[in-house]
Amino acid sequence: MRRRVIFRNKGLPYLLVLPQIVVTIVFFFWPAGQALYQSTQIQDPFGLSTRFVWLQNFAAILANPLYVNAALNTLLFSAGVTLLSMSAGLALAALADRPIRFAAVYKTLLIWPYAVAPAVAALLWLFIFHPAVGIIGRALVHAGIAWDYKLDGGQAMALIIFAAAWKQVSYNFLFFLAGLQSIPRSVIEAASIDGAGGMKRFWTIVFPLLSPTTFFLLVVNIVYAFFDTFGIIDALTQGGPGQATETLIYKVYVDGVVNLDLGGSAAQSVILMVVVIALTAIQFHYIERKVQY
Amino acid sequence: MRRSVDWPTHAILLLGVALFAFPIYIALVASTFDTGTIGRGDLPLWPGTHLIENYVAAWFSGGGRASPGAVSTMLLNSFVMAAVIAIGKIAISILSAYAVVFFAFPLRMVFFWMIFVTLMLPVEVRIIPTYEVASSLGLVNSYAGLTIPLIASATATLLFRQFFLTIPDELVEAAKIDGAGPLRFFFDTVLPLSRTNLAALFVILFIYGWNQYLWPLLVTTDSAYETMVVGVSKMIGTGDAYNDWNTIMAAAVLTMLPPVAVVVLMQRWFVKGLVESEK
Repeated sequence: MRRRVIFRNKGLPYLLVLPQIVVTIVFFFWPAGQALYQSTQIQDPFGLSTRFVWLQNFAAILANPLYVNAALNTLLFSAGVTLLSMSAGLALAALADRPIRFAAVYKTLLIWPYAVAPAVAALLWLFIFHPAVGIIGRALVHAGIAWDYKLDGGQAMALIIFAAAWKQVSYNFLFFLAGLQSIPRSVIEAASIDGAGGMKRFWTIVFPLLSPTTFFLLVVNIVYAFFDTFGIIDALTQGGPGQATETLIYKVYVDGVVNLDLGGSAAQSVILMVVVIALTAIQFHYIERKVQY
Repeated sequence: MRRSVDWPTHAILLLGVALFAFPIYIALVASTFDTGTIGRGDLPLWPGTHLIENYVAAWFSGGGRASPGAVSTMLLNSFVMAAVIAIGKIAISILSAYAVVFFAFPLRMVFFWMIFVTLMLPVEVRIIPTYEVASSLGLVNSYAGLTIPLIASATATLLFRQFFLTIPDELVEAAKIDGAGPLRFFFDTVLPLSRTNLAALFVILFIYGWNQYLWPLLVTTDSAYETMVVGVSKMIGTGDAYNDWNTIMAAAVLTMLPPVAVVVLMQRWFVKGLVESEK
């Protein structure tokens, strides 16, 4: 895509792109290069010398049961967050799209959690599910359930999934609502004239028409669950109990910052970069030939 | 035509609204009680009488026993961080998009792709090498360190590029006939036309900056540069029952207030920014 009419200055355009290009090189390409370089190095225990070890770091990571554990946690966590937040977002959007009173008020009251930081969402739910001081946590304990997310890995995972999904519902709601509103009314009217009832009409006509939105949100939610939820895990469980809620991104942090295993951490970063690149590529490939109604 | 009220729809929507509001309400209630009531696990469902003293305590000395500092300092830091990130991203993106759309120059597409691929490198992924770069540039514990590494934005550049491509050629031609150079055209025509895009992006990017967690956690060790979101989660410590939950919740409420207010008050731009920056 090019404009016909353009300015002919020689130096000015370089000056205009300069700030962004400098920041991009210094804080994107340089660190990404560093990560690639470090992922092939092993540092001796005193940090005095490093040597080149080909792909040994990657082999060590993939053979490490703790890494496999983190990968499985990440899969479970992102599947849970994506499923929960997308289905809740879709349900709320389908209802808010109906011709009801106060639709605009509902919309406002359903989108604001987007503004809550993941770490703060974690804090709010921690306070509610805390076994000693939380309203729901105490009720569960009173009901005879051995509820303590600090001791039970399954409960910890359920809690971080819930907190992460809670924060993401509004995003999905907003995009599903926009998707629903772009479906021509005539299509839905035609379906109801053909005698399709509410639920049937939704699943056979509306939901398939929403597939571009659904697919887009699927990728966005997976990326969110993989990367943006660091604050939730750090504030709620620190990856514990044991390593029950340690996800891939949390492990990069723990190995690099706490355990100071730079080579191993860098190799994990490289693996995650490949995952993001793949997800982004899928998304763009799909958007290129976006299904149009 | 009279429509009967669709009660089930309202009921489920209200349930959703309540589920969203519930944790905030509990936080608000907790911030109005004394430590003892909460520590015993006797938190009622209606507000208490310690509202003012809890917020004053949080404001001047922070929340909880592990508080990294006063909320007043952390709020200021968060405001600086969010505002600099939002304005900085917008400034460098609008300039580079303007260059890419309105000029023909060698390497134009190289620059465009360099910016574009940064979409694929979220800061969390390259966090440790980015920290090393920032540290070798002496950016640890500074506002520059908190903001500049997060300032490059492919999404903002792409959004401005999309928008600039819709500006009709005739407008550029007319400006050239009037003898306007590229800079005057930018300030007199392009910038005013971009007003709604600027507002929409500002809302989204302000929230993005305000809610940053991992980067400020790493790049600041001095509590003078602590931001609200990181500070408030440090207050929890290990999640001990006998923490000062009242002041922690007061701090949490103060952390949420600015970005939530931005979304509610600037809802139109927020929705536009969110939907368009994801295209």
